[in-house]
Amino acid sequence: MDGKVRVQATINGQPVEFLCEPRQSLLECLRDILDLTGTKEGCSDGNCGACSVLLNGRLVNSCLVLGVEIDGGEVTTVEGLAGPDGLHPLQQAFIDHAALQCGYCTPGMLLAAKALLDRDPDPSEERIRQWLAGNLCRCTGYDRIVRAVQDAARRMRRDADVHAEG
Amino acid sequence: MKPFQYRAPTLLGEALSLLASAGQRARALAGGTDLLVQMRRGLINADLIVDVKKVFELNRLDFDPSDGLTIGAAVPLCRICESPEVAQHYPGLVDALSIIGSVAVRSRATVGGNLCNAAPSADSIPALIVHGAVCTVASREGTRQVPVARFCTGPGQTVLGPGELLVSVRVPPPRPRSGARYLRFTPRYEMDIAVVGVAAWLELSEGLTTIANARIALGAVAPTPLLAVEAGASLVGRTPSAAAFAEAAALAQSIGAPISDVRGTAAQRRHLVGILTRRALEGALQRARGAEPDGRQG
Ligand SMILES: Cc1cc2nc3c(=O)[nH]c(=O)nc-3n(C[C@H](O)[C@H](O)[C@H](O)COP(=O)(O)OP(=O)(O)OC[C@H]3O[C@@H](n4cnc5c(N)ncnc54)[C@H](O)[C@@H]3O)c2cc1C
Ligand code: FES
Ligand code: FES
Repeated sequence: MDGKVRVQATINGQPVEFLCEPRQSLLECLRDILDLTGTKEGCSDGNCGACSVLLNGRLVNSCLVLGVEIDGGEVTTVEGLAGPDGLHPLQQAFIDHAALQCGYCTPGMLLAAKALLDRDPDPSEERIRQWLAGNLCRCTGYDRIVRAVQDAARRMRRDADVHAEG
Repeated sequence: MKPFQYRAPTLLGEALSLLASAGQRARALAGGTDLLVQMRRGLINADLIVDVKKVFELNRLDFDPSDGLTIGAAVPLCRICESPEVAQHYPGLVDALSIIGSVAVRSRATVGGNLCNAAPSADSIPALIVHGAVCTVASREGTRQVPVARFCTGPGQTVLGPGELLVSVRVPPPRPRSGARYLRFTPRYEMDIAVVGVAAWLELSEGLTTIANARIALGAVAPTPLLAVEAGASLVGRTPSAAAFAEAAALAQSIGAPISDVRGTAAQRRHLVGILTRRALEGALQRARGAEPDGRQG
C-alpha cells in the first residue's frame, strides 16, 4: 500500500532517479530526498508561491504536485539558475536592487520571474505584478522586486543583442 | 497525507477500470489544485489516485467551426488561455479561465477539476453555462451527455456516480453576432475567490438592433452556479438598452439564496449581482457587435 515508487526525471539539467511514496509532494521530494532545500515551504496549499519551480517549462507550486507526477519530466529549481559564468541576471538584479530581506520568498520569486521573462523579454510593470501575484513577500513591499525584474529583463535583452551581433 | 497508490493510465478504458475497481476509495487526479489541498487537510481520503492527465481523450483541445470547442477535462487552463482559437472565438470563456488562481495554479488547474470540485464560486462554470456547454461523462457502462447547467448538484456535489469520469466539455460553435462576458467581484484583483461571479451571453438579430437570444448565469449566490432563466428570457426580442439590462439585472437579483460569510454579506451579494449583470451584458453586447470591452475584471 505505501510502497515506494521509482521516479526518473531531469532536475536542473541532471538526470536524477529517486524513490518516493506517492503521497510525497514534489516539494517534499526536492527538500527531503534530493537535498535541494532552496525551494521553500510556506503554506502547502498553493497560496504563497514559496515552493515555485518550473516543471517542463511551466511555473508550478511544487506543494501541489506529487513527486511521482514528474516521472519523465524536467524540473528547474533555484539551484539550477546560476550558470558556469556566475549568477543568473535575475539573481544579480535582486542583489543589486536589495529585492530581498529575509529571503524566504526569493527562490520562488526568481522562478516566477524567470518563467515570465522566458515568455516575454520585455513585460510591462502591470504584467510583472500580475505574473508575481501568486508569490507572497512579507518583507519588501514588492516594489524592489518589480524593479529588479525590470532591470534583469533589460540586462537579458542587452545580452541577447550582444549575442545576436556575435 | 495518508498513504495511497498512484496510477497514471494512458488509455481511457484503463482509467475507467481502475476507478470502477476501487469504487468510492478511488479519486481522479487532474491538476491537483483542489484535490491535494483537500487530501492534506484530511477532507478527502483515497486509497487509489488515478492521474488522468495522460489519457488522450482528456488531453484534447480541439476547435472546429462546425463542431465547436472540445476541452479535454485534464487540459490545464494555461493551454486553453494561450490558444489563439479560444481567444478569438470564446473571449468570454477566457475572461473566466484566465483569472482562476495564479500563473502557477493555471499551469495545473483544469476545467474538469473546476467542474468536479463543484464550488458554488467556481469561475469557469457560469461562463460555460451561458455558452451552452455540455459535459461528456464516461464509465465502463458507456458515455452520457450532461449540460454544464445541470452538472453540479450542491457544494462539492455533481451528477457523477461511482466509477464515472468527466471526459470533456463541448462548447457549441460561436454564433454570428453573439458575444459573452464573465465578471467577478473580489476584494483583490488576483488570487481571490469570487464574492459573486456573473456571465452573460447575447446573440443579436441580423440588423444588430434586437436581442435574438440571451443567457445569464450566476456564481456564488446559491449552492450551485445558476442559470438565470427569466433574466435571460426577459431580453429576447428587446432592443439592447440600459433599461432592458437593468430589468434583466433585477430579475437576476431575485433568484438564488446568497449567504453571508467571510467574503461578503447576502445583501452585498445581491447588490453585486445587479451591478455585475449589467456590466457583463454591456460587455457581451460590445463583443456581439465585434468590439472588445475595455476595463479589467470586476
Ligand atoms: C491558490 C489557489 C487559488 C485558486 N483560485 C481559484 C479561483 O480564482 N477560481 C476558481 O474557480 N477556483 C480557484 N481555485 C480552485 C482550483 O484551482 C480550481 O477549482 C481548479 O480548476 C481545479 O482543477 P484541478 O485540475 O486542479 O482539479 P483537481 O484538484 O485535480 O480535482 C478536483 C476534484 O475533481 C475531481 N476530478 C478531477 N478531474 C476529474 C474528472 N475528469 N472526472 C471526475 N472527477 C474529476 C477530483 O477527484 C477532485 O475531487 C484555486 C485554488 C488554489 C490552490
Ligand atoms: S508552499 Fe506551495 S504555495 Fe505555499
Ligand atoms: S524577503 Fe522576506 S518574504 Fe520576501
